[in-house]
Amino acid sequence: MSVFFLLISISILVAGGFLAAFLVSVRSGQYDDDYTPSVRMLFDDTKPSDPSSAPENLTKIKS
Amino acid sequence: MTDTMLTSQTNCFHCGEVCGKETIMVNEKKFCCEGCKQVYLLLNENNLCVYYDFEKNPGIRAKGKFVSERFAYLDDKSITEKVVQFSNESQTNVTFSLPQMHCSSCIFLLENLHRINHGIIKSQTNFQRKEVFIIFNPQNISLRKVVELLAFIGYEPNINLGSAIIKKKINFNRQQIYKIGVAGFCFANIMMMSFPEYFSSGKIEQAGLKETFTWLNLALSLPVLFFSASGFFISAWKGLQQKFLNIDAPIALAILVTYSRSYYEIIGGHGAGYLDSGTGVVFFMLIGRWFQDKTYESFSFDRDYRSYFPLGVTIINNSIEKNIPVTQLKKADRIVIRNEEMIPADSILMKGNANIDYSFVSGENTAVQKNKGELIYAGGKQIGSAIELQVAGEVSQSYITQLWNNDIFKNEKNEEKSFIHPWSRYFTLALFTVAAVTLIFWWVEDPTKILPAVSAVLIVACPCSLLLSSTFTYGNMLRIFGKNKMYLKNANVIEALSKINTIVFDKTGTITQNNDSQISYEGSPLTERELIALKSAAKQSSHPLSKIVASSLLVDEEKIIAVEEFKEYTGKGLEALVNGVNIKIGSASFFNRSDPALAPFGNGTQVNVMMNDVYMGKFNVSNQYRDGIKKLIKSLQKNNFDLWLLSGDNNSEKENLSKIFGNTSNLKFEQSPQQKLDFIKKLQDNKKTVLMLGDGLNDAGALMQSNVGVAVSDNTSRFSPACDAILDGNNAAMLDKFLAFAKSGKRIVAASFVLSILYNIVGLSFAVQGILSPMVAAILMPASSITIILLVTLLSSVSASFKGL
Repeated sequence: MSVFFLLISISILVAGGFLAAFLVSVRSGQYDDDYTPSVRMLFDDTKPSDPSSAPENLTKIKS
Repeated sequence: MTDTMLTSQTNCFHCGEVCGKETIMVNEKKFCCEGCKQVYLLLNENNLCVYYDFEKNPGIRAKGKFVSERFAYLDDKSITEKVVQFSNESQTNVTFSLPQMHCSSCIFLLENLHRINHGIIKSQTNFQRKEVFIIFNPQNISLRKVVELLAFIGYEPNINLGSAIIKKKINFNRQQIYKIGVAGFCFANIMMMSFPEYFSSGKIEQAGLKETFTWLNLALSLPVLFFSASGFFISAWKGLQQKFLNIDAPIALAILVTYSRSYYEIIGGHGAGYLDSGTGVVFFMLIGRWFQDKTYESFSFDRDYRSYFPLGVTIINNSIEKNIPVTQLKKADRIVIRNEEMIPADSILMKGNANIDYSFVSGENTAVQKNKGELIYAGGKQIGSAIELQVAGEVSQSYITQLWNNDIFKNEKNEEKSFIHPWSRYFTLALFTVAAVTLIFWWVEDPTKILPAVSAVLIVACPCSLLLSSTFTYGNMLRIFGKNKMYLKNANVIEALSKINTIVFDKTGTITQNNDSQISYEGSPLTERELIALKSAAKQSSHPLSKIVASSLLVDEEKIIAVEEFKEYTGKGLEALVNGVNIKIGSASFFNRSDPALAPFGNGTQVNVMMNDVYMGKFNVSNQYRDGIKKLIKSLQKNNFDLWLLSGDNNSEKENLSKIFGNTSNLKFEQSPQQKLDFIKKLQDNKKTVLMLGDGLNDAGALMQSNVGVAVSDNTSRFSPACDAILDGNNAAMLDKFLAFAKSGKRIVAASFVLSILYNIVGLSFAVQGILSPMVAAILMPASSITIILLVTLLSSVSASFKGL
């Protein structure tokens, strides 16, 4: 049954690792804003690299 | 007859507002004004037109001409130092608050500023707090230019000295999340290690295993006690120092008893303690707090007049212009105020054409003409060309700031007088009685059981579920209020709302609409000359209708000409001679003719125009009262609310208002801010609980004096002085529903109290017998917390949908 002691220490270590990861993520500012990133993600596909694509884009909106 | 204005219902491609006469066409797109077009061209040039893809007409109306001199004060080093957060040779960091941010297109544009100007290295928005964080290279672009760019595209930052506070707020938020994280981790692990204890009822065979579990629990509970729960102890201690038992005191006591008994048991080897329940309670309470704070994160109610005043001002010394911080402004300084700039201190006009917009002070949207030598109060905005003023008093002594410095602003209200307090007092009393009875009983029966039984009573009967129920009920209600565009300062306001029996309305901007979009002209087209003449005449009268007509005519203020032979016929109209043209403006009865065109139709008011005795046409002022106000008043009267109207205006609107209010005795006109304040005081002395609905800084005193002060604003992000709640103007007519909903909140909290008392009875029945096992406590406490949270959230949401919110 002494395997319990080993298992408990492993479980605490693993959970502690997650806690540390959580604290680090808070520290890095991931929880400062929980809305904007969800919108920002949508902009990644919309970088018109070619200037000629812009007018086309505009006519589309018009309709 | 042509009705040009009625048919041209096109909306501006940029801002979505209805285009007036001056529709501008570019690339087959319509724009309402030059400003909007310019912004579009700038975006087009930089390939940022996807801006218009995310939302329909996302722009913010560019208001008229853009005057770059306005931000000249940002060139001053002593000012920039206060605004920026960090600066070195190649990089400057600054955070601006942009209340105009409203949609995903805004985020897109603001995060792509570097594509418009390459001096900007990076910009990042925080939508919920309506802030943008900008990093720019000061070698390539100055702070002033950054602000000008923002203002140009429609997001004029609220620049004030509060920028430093932002950082503090973020740190506080993070601290809170750390605490929750640590408490959650410890709670979950303690729970896990307590399971063997629960299932073996304290008899674990393996040698050393039981001790390992309990000692690990003890170790895990330490961070919760010293870090996560620290807030409760600090707050309770502060309360005690001021000889006040605040809401955190019973929590702190319960935590202390739970932990000391548990530590005593573990260290003495008597048992496993109640650390599982103890940490769980801290965890749940912290989540409750966090939820509460989250609800009103984006609204800052703590601003005072200083946040509204400009930071810098241009002074002239021996004909040299210099920018100085407004705090250094002294009496007798000569200052220059340009278009759209605010006047920082009461001053005397020395040079130029003053046309002051006091909308910030009074809510009146029409600019007032001032002559040389006249005193101009602080808070007014100059519209038109630059003027020169001599400062008559320091910033802190101006008319508005004096109003702000009234004693009532120094008194906190709605603080800690919740109905929960008597409850928790009874609760504490009942608890101590039970504990005392238990003590006496076991004293007689079996003295060894005194300590376990009494401390168990204190542990299991902590008032946490009582507190959680109000936190979550009111938190959810605040959220629902917010969804309906009524933003409350804190949960105590809901309780205050539920006690209201008297409602005082301000007129302008509260029950009447501030914007002039509801006016249309019908008749023969007017030439520019005629428009100028008409506006010049209409401007002379202070009648609201005349004001609305004047402000709806798009004529440059500089072109206004002097009026001769001006005559006003009270309640009918006016007559004037402008540039040799005889102009008559007024109601149908004023003309005394049976022309069918003069007959009023539909609802609303008509203003007829006659020039040199030729009928030109009429303005339909369709509804200058907010939609649904009449219905609201009816509904409030039916529910026995005592209604009053206090207006700063003259009584020209008395007739219309009496139709709405049904009588005239409760209408008061020409009330000064001080009179409004005194009137509310008088009502309160007569044991009335008063809700004041107003806007404008000059209502600030009355808003503060009332039990609940609600600021009605068409731009909810801009305005929040001295009030307990901010209500979006478009939803003002829902006030009756808000009040009904607030009343239901109290019932919901009461219902959940009953439930939590039932839980307490079950827990106490174990505790007084001295047989409260850690397992029962560990099941009972989280179970009661969770069921209460679910119950109140559900009940408040259901109640809201019943009330039509």
